[in-house]
Amino acid sequence: MCLAIPGKIIEIEKNVAKVDVGGILRDISIDLCPDVSIGEYVLIHTGFAIQKVDEEEAQETLDLLRKMAEAI
Amino acid sequence: MKFIDEFRDKEIAEGLIQRIQKTSTRPIQLMEVCGTHTVSIFRYGIRGLLPKHIRLLSGPGCPVCVTPNIDIDLAIALSRQKDMIIVTFGDMMKVPGSTSNFQKEKAEGRDIRIVYSSLEALKIAKESPGKKVVFLAIGFETTSPTIAVALIRAKEEKIRNLFFLNSQKRVPPALRALLQSKQLGIDGFILPGHVSTIIGTKPYQFISEEFGRPAVITGFEPLDILQGISMLIEQIEANRAHVEIQYRRVVHDEGNPIALSKIYEVFEEDEGNWRGIGLIPNSGYRFKEPYNEMDVRNFDVEVEPSKEHPECLCGEVLQGIKTPLQCRLFKVVCQPENPIGPCMVSIEGTCHTYFKFSD
Repeated sequence: MCLAIPGKIIEIEKNVAKVDVGGILRDISIDLCPDVSIGEYVLIHTGFAIQKVDEEEAQETLDLLRKMAEAI
Repeated sequence: MKFIDEFRDKEIAEGLIQRIQKTSTRPIQLMEVCGTHTVSIFRYGIRGLLPKHIRLLSGPGCPVCVTPNIDIDLAIALSRQKDMIIVTFGDMMKVPGSTSNFQKEKAEGRDIRIVYSSLEALKIAKESPGKKVVFLAIGFETTSPTIAVALIRAKEEKIRNLFFLNSQKRVPPALRALLQSKQLGIDGFILPGHVSTIIGTKPYQFISEEFGRPAVITGFEPLDILQGISMLIEQIEANRAHVEIQYRRVVHDEGNPIALSKIYEVFEEDEGNWRGIGLIPNSGYRFKEPYNEMDVRNFDVEVEPSKEHPECLCGEVLQGIKTPLQCRLFKVVCQPENPIGPCMVSIEGTCHTYFKFSD
């Protein structure tokens, strides 16, 4: 029920964005995330963008994960 | 980056498991609060990869499972009224009420429609003048802002035939209730990542400050979960208790302030009724004015007396006190095709997950 998936913003028209989710295009509301831009990733839940996905943070987490795994 | 496959890397997972094995020295119980976590933990076999002295308990984080049957009974009673359309998320269709469910009622000819988004309820209401449309508003803080947006738009667009049966829940007060329970010893929480994208870290601070337990807001891919568990173990071994964020790519301390402002424009906090658990202070919402005009509880409708199957253990399962394997009904008569309790209905229900992934 709290499932949310990342999708890439392709188009924005007012408070509706077209997103690419694994190659499938869907329209979602950006009422809860109005400051998104084309090319950014958002987390999608029940037809709404609920948060931007921060690519830099994702990369930092992956780098940290690698370090944690290698430190053994 | 697609933010999915990168977090399923086998080599990193193996390194994390070794790290957990090396750092964890004492028996502990960690609770994964969210049903989506339970599904991921079973799907990726994470329980079997952890040292035996680390026990994972499944928590109450399944909105479908905790919707009380009196609310389902009310929706069913409404569906039997003339010119009424009930609109619901699909997960609710097979959830048993006291004597019926939506799927059976639909087969009997009631107008019950499944939607993916709250905004579809708005569309149905616009297209159905002369009918009353009732949206079954269930969900945790992840979903509540989307429901709030539908209410705000309905008000702005002067849609007068749309109503809401509010059965939403707030997660942090339920965690407080679990920590206050003497039946459970929880050493740390794997906190729900998507609820936390909305509420941030502040509402969880009591877990460390008042109860001295660590908590880590965790994502849903296998590496996220392993890292979250590793962060919890490192805190426990160092006798630290803080609320930390593993799922940094979407969770910030402040949450999503716009989403929170939508929730609190429409609702205020109130006690919540959790199926199998009961009333928990501040764990639900009630409508604020003027949105209370859209509260379906204002309707005059007779509802059958509420009853549960006497042997169903969903209440104990939701609190992590018992596992589905301790329920006499599990697999024998209670199965996904014939669920006796709500935990067997939802794909994120603990009983459903055990049924799907256990031998």
